[in-house]
Amino acid sequence: MVKAFFDRVRSGDLGMLPVFVGLIVISTVFSLLNPIFLAPNNLVNLLFDCATVGVISLGIVCVLILGEIDLSVGSMSGLASAILGVFWVNSGWPIALAIVVALMAGMAVGTLYAVLFNRLGMPSFVATLAGLLALLGLQLYILGPSGSINLPYASPLVRFGQILVMPHWFSQLLALVPGLVMIVIGLRSRQKRLSVNLSAQPLGALVVKAVALTVALEFAVYYLNLGRGIPWMFGLFVGIAVILNYGLTRTQWGRSMFAVGGNREAARRAGINVRRIYLSAFMLCSTLATIGGMLSASRLASSSQQAGTGDVNLNAIAAAVIGGTSLFGGRGSAYSAVLGILVIQAISNGLTLLNLSSSLRYMITGAVLAIAVIVDSLARRSRVSHGRA
Amino acid sequence: MGTVNGMPAKGQTILRLSKISKNFGAVSALTDIDLEVKAGEVVALVGDNGAGKSTLVKVLAGVHRPSSGSIEFCGRSVELDSPGAALELGIATVFQDLALCENLDVVANLFLGHEISPWGLDEIAMEVRAWTLLRELAARIPSVREPIASLSGGQRQTVAIARSLLLDPKIIMLDEPTAALGVAQTAEVLNLIERVRERGLGVIIISHNMEDVRAVADRIVVLRLGRNNGVFTPDASNQELVASITGATENSVSRRIERKTGAAPETTGRPA
Repeated sequence: MVKAFFDRVRSGDLGMLPVFVGLIVISTVFSLLNPIFLAPNNLVNLLFDCATVGVISLGIVCVLILGEIDLSVGSMSGLASAILGVFWVNSGWPIALAIVVALMAGMAVGTLYAVLFNRLGMPSFVATLAGLLALLGLQLYILGPSGSINLPYASPLVRFGQILVMPHWFSQLLALVPGLVMIVIGLRSRQKRLSVNLSAQPLGALVVKAVALTVALEFAVYYLNLGRGIPWMFGLFVGIAVILNYGLTRTQWGRSMFAVGGNREAARRAGINVRRIYLSAFMLCSTLATIGGMLSASRLASSSQQAGTGDVNLNAIAAAVIGGTSLFGGRGSAYSAVLGILVIQAISNGLTLLNLSSSLRYMITGAVLAIAVIVDSLARRSRVSHGRA
Repeated sequence: MGTVNGMPAKGQTILRLSKISKNFGAVSALTDIDLEVKAGEVVALVGDNGAGKSTLVKVLAGVHRPSSGSIEFCGRSVELDSPGAALELGIATVFQDLALCENLDVVANLFLGHEISPWGLDEIAMEVRAWTLLRELAARIPSVREPIASLSGGQRQTVAIARSLLLDPKIIMLDEPTAALGVAQTAEVLNLIERVRERGLGVIIISHNMEDVRAVADRIVVLRLGRNNGVFTPDASNQELVASITGATENSVSRRIERKTGAAPETTGRPA
């Protein structure tokens, strides 16, 4: 197993390796520079921050798998937070209605990108770059001259974004679930495979993996519970990631996504409705961006002109790429967004703790993104020469 | 699979084209083409560049609609107006570029677009079916969980042919299946074609390689300038074939060869 792992890595199939290396390096460096970095409550804050951009990054994974890009997710998230503030706080609509309006705006924008791409052949790069400006303009327009709307602190939404954490016993129990699911599904598929004479993974490896996962998660949860605990918002983010992962790996839709990303013409000839696949990805991406935007509004308790600007776009894209989703299409996973955003936010959190100016932070984050993309293209070149797609 | 219900008996005519013409504007790509394919028969379609082979394949694959003429499939007159319609009838096509997704594994490629249980993929059932199919073809694939990118050209061709068989077609068309392959791999693919024939399918193979064509074909149909230009048996000499393909010699020669060798009675060759 260990040898197979090294062979895979050498041939360019890096998987989650860069993330783990990255996390170890980052936590070592930052905790040496400032011990607060690894304090439980700082890590809890980190998880709160991860959830907002992380949800956006999940959408980015979808378009990257197709080999396309959405550069407007930042503006889309800002627009969503503006819609939320204007309709909910200023106009006094029920909050649910405001959320639905924001979600529908996301779906509409995603549909528009898909139409531009499918019908007019407009590259997604250009269409969404135009969208970046247009949506930002719309955000500023509906926010009006005041430019910033404060969300009520006592509202459930803001509490969700700032305070609410899982009860400790609950998070401890929840941490058992992945390991248990792994064992149950693993045993069942193993039994089924053996019954039809297919090779199955050895029982030992399965148990070792499940136990290791459970121990790691239980320890992480225990450590975070020394602080405030696991944010519900982070739970929501991971929940969406699990659902997306199921969709991508276990459904015909997901298979079609990878097929279109790998070889569009082959997918078309296999009878896949390629246009509908593009539509689903762009819609999903924009809609998840609106969810991320609303989460970050609740995190900041405000809808402002700054929401969704700055490094939101690049962080979302960088998270997906660092986690192992290829910019070239056909490779990726929902969990790459989860792990990637941990790396990105850890860097940004650590730099903030060091009191570095934002000029330095931008430069460092930019360099990290560049390194991630370089790793991606080198790994891809190595995969090609080793006969792995 | 193989001889499941609805499979015509060996020797029975599956596909009959009569007087198929296809015009692109003023250009006539095909003129009055006749072609017949029986169950358990390999028909080779040969001809020079621009002879209309590809157009004919596209007509049969449902990509182009013929301008005139009729197509009979299993005794019924049919319209092939879309790739889906052709597939549904049981005409499968393996295009020259194979159209495989390199990033997906063999199983995923075999079942692409026709996955078992779309809302919770049944990987085990698909893998079992994939192994069965590949074993029936005696195909040498190391693992069905390898991405296509790690397979050789011959193995890829095998996967493409296996995929075309997945929907239980009655006829498969292979466009230049050996063009990009080495000697050993070519032999593998030719073996594969023979096994497909043994399963009772009709096979149409397009090739420029006369040696390969003669090795597997039961009949060799020559097209020239969009018209039928003779039907040969595999034991026809290279010279005769080349003459017919290029039109460099008198057409009476081809007629004489057919008389002499007692070629199939459904001779469709007419002087161009």
